[in-house]
Amino acid sequence: MTSGARQPRTLFDKVWDAHVVTRREDGADLLFIDRHLVHEGSFHAFNKLKDKRAKVRRPDLTIGVADHYVPTRTRILGEIAPDIAGMIRQLDDNCRAHDIRIFGFDDPRQGIVHVVGPEQGLTLPGLTMVCGDSHTSTHGAFGALAFGIGASEVAHVLLTQCLWQKRPKRMRITVDGATAPGITAKDIALSIIARIGADGAQGHAIEYAGSAIRALSMEGRLTLCNLSIESGARCGMIAPDETTFAYVEGRPLAPAGEMFERAVAAWHDLASDADAAFDRAILLDGRDIAPTVTWGISPEDALPIGASVPDPAAIDDASRASHVREALDYMGLTPGQALAAIRIDRVFIGSCTNSRIEDLRAAAHILDGRKARVPGLVSPGSHLVKQQAEQEGLDRIFTDAGLDWVGSGCSMCVGMNGDLVPAGERCASTTNRNFKGRQGPGARTHLMSPAMAAAAAVTGHLTDVRTMLRSGA
Amino acid sequence: MTPFDIITTTACALPLASIDTDQLIPARFMKRSRADGYGQYLLYDMRFDDNGEPRPDFPLNAAGAQEAAVLVARRNFGAGSSREAAVYALADFGFRCVIAPSFGDIFASNAVNNGVLPAKVSEADAEEILTLLQTTGADVTVDLRDSLIRLGNRTFTFSVDPIWRTKLLNGWDDLDLTASLTGDIAGFEQQDAAARPWVQLQGRD
Ligand code: SF4
Repeated sequence: MTSGARQPRTLFDKVWDAHVVTRREDGADLLFIDRHLVHEGSFHAFNKLKDKRAKVRRPDLTIGVADHYVPTRTRILGEIAPDIAGMIRQLDDNCRAHDIRIFGFDDPRQGIVHVVGPEQGLTLPGLTMVCGDSHTSTHGAFGALAFGIGASEVAHVLLTQCLWQKRPKRMRITVDGATAPGITAKDIALSIIARIGADGAQGHAIEYAGSAIRALSMEGRLTLCNLSIESGARCGMIAPDETTFAYVEGRPLAPAGEMFERAVAAWHDLASDADAAFDRAILLDGRDIAPTVTWGISPEDALPIGASVPDPAAIDDASRASHVREALDYMGLTPGQALAAIRIDRVFIGSCTNSRIEDLRAAAHILDGRKARVPGLVSPGSHLVKQQAEQEGLDRIFTDAGLDWVGSGCSMCVGMNGDLVPAGERCASTTNRNFKGRQGPGARTHLMSPAMAAAAAVTGHLTDVRTMLRSGA
Repeated sequence: MTPFDIITTTACALPLASIDTDQLIPARFMKRSRADGYGQYLLYDMRFDDNGEPRPDFPLNAAGAQEAAVLVARRNFGAGSSREAAVYALADFGFRCVIAPSFGDIFASNAVNNGVLPAKVSEADAEEILTLLQTTGADVTVDLRDSLIRLGNRTFTFSVDPIWRTKLLNGWDDLDLTASLTGDIAGFEQQDAAARPWVQLQGRD
């Protein structure tokens, strides 16, 4: 290649290349990590450091957030189960011992790690970000290269601020065509996962492109990138644009003033070159996307609300048929049953997927002046989201409808703090995983958007939210 | 880490797709210390009924399953949560290899970091292996040097990322290598701080 000529590169490659410290003979790259987020579950990694009597290399780039175990119904740790309180204190102790900034349980900025990062301006375009949590893919919404890692890798990053990685393949998912009113990023994401499968993007870094993606707010982009892991992707990314820059500007920990201007100038280069090659490309028409819900035990078990539960007897693929049978058995559903006829026992609006202000507004829009037929929990993604929602009066809409307005945390997404769906109960949930037992042993989860969960709360069964939209929305 | 080259062992067949890490170890056990061993919690809600009694029909409760070091399952094994505890549970139970048509990326990487081999086979081969395990004896040989699985008189090939293969064969820990590269890391930090100053954060507030 002649000097100066450059291979066209994807957004992903540009961010990756900018972080390579060194390359190993076998092709693995040592990547420098710009932001390392830790939470209560990171204790295994801190224990490894303790064993080695080692220090954190870059405490300034490491940020602690309490979320997985935090209670949502009290602000007093002494009131909760000692083993759960212990998890929260342990994170505090580990962060203090290593001089790591922490948004702890009692911090007014506490929230779910993937909500707090963007909100505080920790998440920026072009960064590498990791966290011992698979939904770290969320931060890709800013054009960051963000992915979840395991405890051994967390320990490696704490010690070295770097990570050995093999470059994944590149996949572009383009959604062109305007989506209809009532269709959200959640519906786009579930449609993608249903189309390519829960392992469809394994080994790939996704870039989302197209007019329907560009039209999304930052909140919507965060939801979409959050769910990248549910199609098996290593990460999901969206090229930063004016929407991104406007969101970042003025955030507490984001660059400010002249430094912000310099950063934006550099961030303008963070787009795939016109002729960059992708290993795979998928195209969806935004106009085809309907409100989408899951009926089974994997996020790929998703269908438009107008469809019916599949019949395993009609499926040729033996492995798929066996999965459908297992799913229907666990979910207590019958083949051919209309999705809209499925009765629910409760709703949950929250999680790093759908707990930002826009999500709460969408749910409140449906619930305003209506009553929920089932009990439910609304857990904002952070204290700051909670405050803003209360300023807008959304909390009153939820409580007037009969739902519980609680504190911020992972809550019923994973049930680690004790917010569980009882065994056998069916929950319309804005979360990301409908795995068996995810919301509690024996719990049955249907994934959907906040507006769809609100609609289900009002009718008591899965419902097409488009029949409940109000004009002027 | 114990190097992995060839193992001959009993195999356990688990003919299910998308066994996610939430099932491999339910969240409620993750507060426990690793020192207590995580094997007892492996696939807990599948293995035990509501009263904590072992379900007799579950493969991991079958006679001989305790000795098995190879687990065979359907596609998308280990999808979902990044919890390394899922691998701790498998490893502490005694598994050194999982054979499946596809794996969650984070799970696979966690497995390798704990000396557990994620051996990827085609869907057709996975089905055949699962069937053979029901009919013939359950002894299987997994040979990482040649990427082969032998079962009765049948031989199957599997794939594993070459970088992971080397790591497993040698029992390498990434940290040993990175520790020798501190100078390179410091060099990168210095040059990058000048090129992208907006990335820097002040310490604790
Ligand atoms: S809200 Fe759920 S998915 Fe998100 S970080 Fe918490 S537990 Fe994980």
